[in-house]
Amino acid sequence: MLSYGALNLRSPRDKWILQESESENKLDGETASDSESKSEFGGLPPVPTSDDTPEVLNRALSNLSSRWKNWWVRGILTLAMITFFFIIIYLGPMVLMTIVMCVQIKCFHEIITIGYNVYHSYDLPWFRTLSWYFLLCVNYFFYGETVTDYFFTLVQREEPLRILSKYHRFISFALYLTGFCMFVLSLVKKHYRLQFYMFGWTHVTLLIVVTQSHLIIHNLFEGMIWFIVPISCVICNDIMAYMFGFFFGRTPLIKLSPKKTWEGFIGGFFATVLFGLLLSYVMSGYRCFTCPVEFNNDTNSFTVDCEPSELFQLQEYNIPAVLQSVLGWKTVRMYPFQIHSIALSTFASLIGPFGGFFASGFKRAFKIKDFANTIPGHGGIMDRFDCQYLMATFVNVYIASFIRGPNPSKLIQQFLTLRPDQQIHIFNTLKAHLVDKGVLGNPEDA
Amino acid sequence: MLRGGVPSAIGIHLWPGKDLQYGISAKEVDLEERLVDLDLRNDSDVSDVPPPTDSTPVILKRALSGLSARWKNWWIRGILTLAMISGFFLIIYLGSFMLMLLVLSIQVKCYHEIITIGYRVYHSYDLPWFRSLSWYFLLCVNYFFYGETVADYFATFVQRREQLQFLIRYHRFISFALYLAGFCMFVLSLVKKHYRLQFYMFAWTHVTLLITVTQSHLVIQNLFEGMIWFLVPISSVICNDITAYIFGFFFGRTPLIKLSPKKTWEGFIGGFFSTVIFGFIFSYFLAQHQYFVCPVEYNSETNRFVTECEPSELFQMKKYSVPPLLQAVLGWETVNMYPFQMHSIALSTFASLIGPFGGFFASGFKRAFKIKDFADTIPGHGGIMDRFDCQYLMATFVHVYITSFIRGPNPSKLLKQLLILQPEQQLSVYKILKSHLVEKGILQPSLRV
Repeated sequence: MLSYGALNLRSPRDKWILQESESENKLDGETASDSESKSEFGGLPPVPTSDDTPEVLNRALSNLSSRWKNWWVRGILTLAMITFFFIIIYLGPMVLMTIVMCVQIKCFHEIITIGYNVYHSYDLPWFRTLSWYFLLCVNYFFYGETVTDYFFTLVQREEPLRILSKYHRFISFALYLTGFCMFVLSLVKKHYRLQFYMFGWTHVTLLIVVTQSHLIIHNLFEGMIWFIVPISCVICNDIMAYMFGFFFGRTPLIKLSPKKTWEGFIGGFFATVLFGLLLSYVMSGYRCFTCPVEFNNDTNSFTVDCEPSELFQLQEYNIPAVLQSVLGWKTVRMYPFQIHSIALSTFASLIGPFGGFFASGFKRAFKIKDFANTIPGHGGIMDRFDCQYLMATFVNVYIASFIRGPNPSKLIQQFLTLRPDQQIHIFNTLKAHLVDKGVLGNPEDA
Repeated sequence: MLRGGVPSAIGIHLWPGKDLQYGISAKEVDLEERLVDLDLRNDSDVSDVPPPTDSTPVILKRALSGLSARWKNWWIRGILTLAMISGFFLIIYLGSFMLMLLVLSIQVKCYHEIITIGYRVYHSYDLPWFRSLSWYFLLCVNYFFYGETVADYFATFVQRREQLQFLIRYHRFISFALYLAGFCMFVLSLVKKHYRLQFYMFAWTHVTLLITVTQSHLVIQNLFEGMIWFLVPISSVICNDITAYIFGFFFGRTPLIKLSPKKTWEGFIGGFFSTVIFGFIFSYFLAQHQYFVCPVEYNSETNRFVTECEPSELFQMKKYSVPPLLQAVLGWETVNMYPFQMHSIALSTFASLIGPFGGFFASGFKRAFKIKDFADTIPGHGGIMDRFDCQYLMATFVHVYITSFIRGPNPSKLLKQLLILQPEQQLSVYKILKSHLVEKGILQPSLRV
């Protein structure tokens, strides 16, 4: 049984030959559904998969055996990516947003290219243009919603922006409709089915890729810690589960990914929870991570400056009696955020891997080894980000449900657009509520 | 698997060399052939499905047994059309709650129809778990959407009950957890030989949910805005269907689009003008009754839906000056109209110009998957989806139109969000609102703060 590691650095032609022989071995006992894809890919001319490893690395590692070479390439690239991550964090929210945007576009491109390959639909009229057009529309819609929320004062000042934001939904819908009508007009007699498949493929990809990236940006605006801790937990879980599996792995976890083991899973879980606790402890001390990102109208730049909320203020917690004997402390000083980080890490370790299994199943279903070849030794951008998707949605839902309430300034904006009688009604109800709670002193206000 | 020649009965020819217009080389055509073979394999199996059972009631059959087959078909279609329209009026009479139930059942039936087509296309009857998963996802998404609506419109009802409060507050989290459970079940149910089929059905389910469930919820939101916002768009689409057909029948000459060879430009344009006039007149009649015009509200005392209110200015007669151009034609200087009738022109225009694209999309879909009708629910007409294909874009358009041009944000939702804030935030918001209201002169300034 060939190891996937060894496959990586063979020449492109060898790679395809190996893949074919693997598929042939699986032919017995497979139904037509999977064997049909074998015939598709078995006869496919080898897509030139260029070996992206830089020349420098190739020469430096030329002496080692191919297996160790693969390890080194993966290791070096991992360090490179992590360093890159730190640099971007240092550069600030604007650069982060841009990076998220680029990653999103690259992921979309990767998945759409796979769709083209699966359906041989390179030559479908219009379709490339339409896919990119839909990506643009959906991004316009989402960015418009975010921009209106966070850049409210900036938008109100500029007249064209104000109109764009007031009729934002209508404009987005009109743009989408144009794409839809273009799709209907572009249906060609012999290719109906292909075109509908690609239409469906595009929409599902948009649903996955674009919504997640926008949820990540929402999390980012909540405070960079809500962006960094979840992503780091997922990465840590990946690495820890791999190491625990490497050293102690015995019982396979799921048939989809034969390299995953229960020991790796459980070890990764505990390691990630610990890592999350430590990382949040370190980060909660710094304002630049814990404060919501705000747009400063005067300096026209993003600022992270605020009074840390009570989530990020040290508190004394009583250690439950059970742990007291173990740790020897009676109380411990922790940030409340660290308790939340346990929830985030737990999700990253227990449910995050399902995103990875989903991507593995997808790759097996369409008989591809990697989503693309962007990162040497690792595959495409999607390969790195497959576990992150569920995480981004979870963090967003978590924040919306447990951490922050609705945004007061947004509520005030909405209030100002109501009719006067509605405004009075709401004002009086709010007043009665506040008096009820004893927050408002004097009930005899006019 | 078929190799080489392709039977012409199915209508797809893909001999080597024929498609050089697309620049496909001979080798790639070979691959295309194989892909088409795969499609054909599905298609020929689809055509093996026994012809749809004739669900026409026996009574009708006996009554019409004397006529020839063509007229029989006409009569059946006509009778069913009248039956559907009467059913529609009946339900409107019965009120908003029944309408909501009707929309919900239509949504479930449409979903079922499209998913069944997916099963037939992919021969995935025996995929483990998949039927249950599809229905489970439908339930989840409906739960999410209904929770959002219910929370808004039934605010007072919800405030009284503790358990509902909890469900409302953590609604998103609960919906997400439910969806995740379904997602994990899907991943765990992946079976080695059927990966691709399972992914296809997963995607098919999600796209279907996107189409049917979101639209049906937008329809219900429009309904809550006032029944007129539900009736006028739907009637405009139906009217456009019928009048475009009639105009096409009598005057049709130039074909409109290759997808639907029976549509003609004459029908399209004639239908457009008739629908605008119909919408104009229909809204004139509806705008006079409070029953249609008022937002639907839930009365907690009587536990029923009520539609009683002071009609908004949209539904109050105004004098409009007729532009000089039309003055000569019509002979009037001013005309009394409801402002809503202007909006109805926009709605009818959309229904006639863009609505048909929904119909073309459905036609393309049926041709792509070689099906004649979505299902056989309605004798003479096909499935529920066949009747509602043009309505989908309409529902979204009306919703976007209302939120952009008609109403502002929903006051009760705003209030609900205000009440969730922290007390300090509430206090600061209260102060800002008060200063704003005093500034605008809406609130009288008090002596004490």
